Amino acid sequence: MKSWIAFSSIFVKDMRAYYLKPPNISWGIIFPLAWTGMFFIRSGLGVENVLQLLPGVVTISILFGTTSLLSVTLTFERRNRSFDRLLLAPISLELLMLAKTSGAILFGIVNALVPIVIAAFLTDMSGIAWSLVVPAIILIGIVSTFLGLFISVSASEVFEAQTFSNFFRFPMMFLCGLFFPILSLPMFIRWLSFILPVTYGVDILHGAINGEHIMSFTLDFIIIGAFCVVLFLLSLRNVKRKWIA
Amino acid sequence: MKSDSTLALQVSNLTKRFDEVIAVDDISFQVNKGELFGFLGPNGAGKTTTINMLTGLARLDAGKIYIGGIDCTRNPKAAQHLTGVVPDESNLYPELSGFDNLCFCAALYGINKIERQTRARELLETFSLTEAADRKFAGYSKGMKRKLTFAAGIIHQPPILFLDEPTTGIDVASARQVRQIIASLHRKGTTIFLTTHYIEEAERLCERIAFIVNGKIVQIDRTSDLLQPVKGKHVIILSVSNSGDGLTIEMASAFPQYQFQIPTPDQIRIESTEPVNVGPLVRFLEERNIQVTEARRHVPSLEDVFVQVTGIEAGLMHREKEKAGGGGNQ
Repeated sequence: MKSWIAFSSIFVKDMRAYYLKPPNISWGIIFPLAWTGMFFIRSGLGVENVLQLLPGVVTISILFGTTSLLSVTLTFERRNRSFDRLLLAPISLELLMLAKTSGAILFGIVNALVPIVIAAFLTDMSGIAWSLVVPAIILIGIVSTFLGLFISVSASEVFEAQTFSNFFRFPMMFLCGLFFPILSLPMFIRWLSFILPVTYGVDILHGAINGEHIMSFTLDFIIIGAFCVVLFLLSLRNVKRKWIA
Repeated sequence: MKSDSTLALQVSNLTKRFDEVIAVDDISFQVNKGELFGFLGPNGAGKTTTINMLTGLARLDAGKIYIGGIDCTRNPKAAQHLTGVVPDESNLYPELSGFDNLCFCAALYGINKIERQTRARELLETFSLTEAADRKFAGYSKGMKRKLTFAAGIIHQPPILFLDEPTTGIDVASARQVRQIIASLHRKGTTIFLTTHYIEEAERLCERIAFIVNGKIVQIDRTSDLLQPVKGKHVIILSVSNSGDGLTIEMASAFPQYQFQIPTPDQIRIESTEPVNVGPLVRFLEERNIQVTEARRHVPSLEDVFVQVTGIEAGLMHREKEKAGGGGNQ
């Protein structure tokens, strides 16, 4: 019960202090809208083909929504030493880091809803396998957040965290099959796609929305789940090594 | 070292290195339950590093720590429910109000909503911050920030409290208020581990004091016992135009019953176990064309003991005090 009070307080505090600020809410809405519009115009497709873009736009909304704020807020809290206050509390480091990341995960998932709602007004979505889409969105939210966590605990300055984030995020846009099929990438860079966690989430979304995927859903879920665990454990290790030095 | 649950804190052979620098060098001490223990030393002596190791914010390279009988060497989290920490920097959340900051800190210790709101209001009252309760922490003055940080450290009513330079950098009135609260917590039975470089603060508040210099404890004793060597000493400080070279030797041979020191060129310090007769001293100096502008009695204090034991000139601690801009002395 006591741990739950601490967990929920950290979550609520982060939502109030960071995620529910007007600039971040508008970022969460405008950014997916801009991406949807940009790719839609560039593709030259009709409104009825908007579903082809949906997996990429949903994923990119989650990826940017989760990593943008988390990497900055954690580094900022570390710099002004308010993170020490959390480390001094009698809760396990695992629970503490889950509480710190839960706000980002939720923010990412909410971001994903924006393009889905827009698409619902433009096209028929009855053929979508929601039983795959929902867990895929949640897992993409978790893995993107833990990637942001890993980046922020590896950086010591806010600008470093931002630079590292972009170093990971922008290549992902082109290598994870968001807008270009992985199989159309040149062979010499295709292997990079398979070491990026988001690739597997995008594959599930492509399969669930358009029926096109390159791996089995089970394998996708196992690999993205494994990425979640590994990134979280690596982040914990870095916190212990670097922040409790 | 065996765990002893009657002690609040047991530390043995604690060591911390940062690359080649040994920040804390094999220190050992114990703090009794309900005791107010002072850790006194100049900046960079290893005080904050020691607190960080005791509270789980830094790993120890060697040594053992027991808090309330719990071994924290391997698992620093094990005793965190027993401790409160007031760090040397105000580290609350700038975006939250004073009231919300306190409620949040209480929630981290699992205190329910009604209880944490009650305690937050009480502490805001105690620290004279009620009017600023709804203002964002970012807009607080330095003194208010320190006071709220102090309140956040005690909102869960910890039996053991670590205070890292609690009065550094704050105004005289706030420093006095903080010291009164420390004394009040001590009276109520809280064990307090206080680090400071304000010698007068340590002397006034602490029951026992450890002097730490360059990561080593050079002396540890009850405050009254530390003061024993300077008790009954008579000290006179003469302000002079210019003391000149070789004056102490001349004065020592003319007045063998006194001890002379020239801490600065315009001051002569005279120490004796008997009252000092100033008249002959003034005449002696004036015969040598040295003008005496002031003679004042100095009551020996812990500062004299600290200087004697550590070899650190008192001026260094004073300069640090001035640099910190605090009201620690008042």
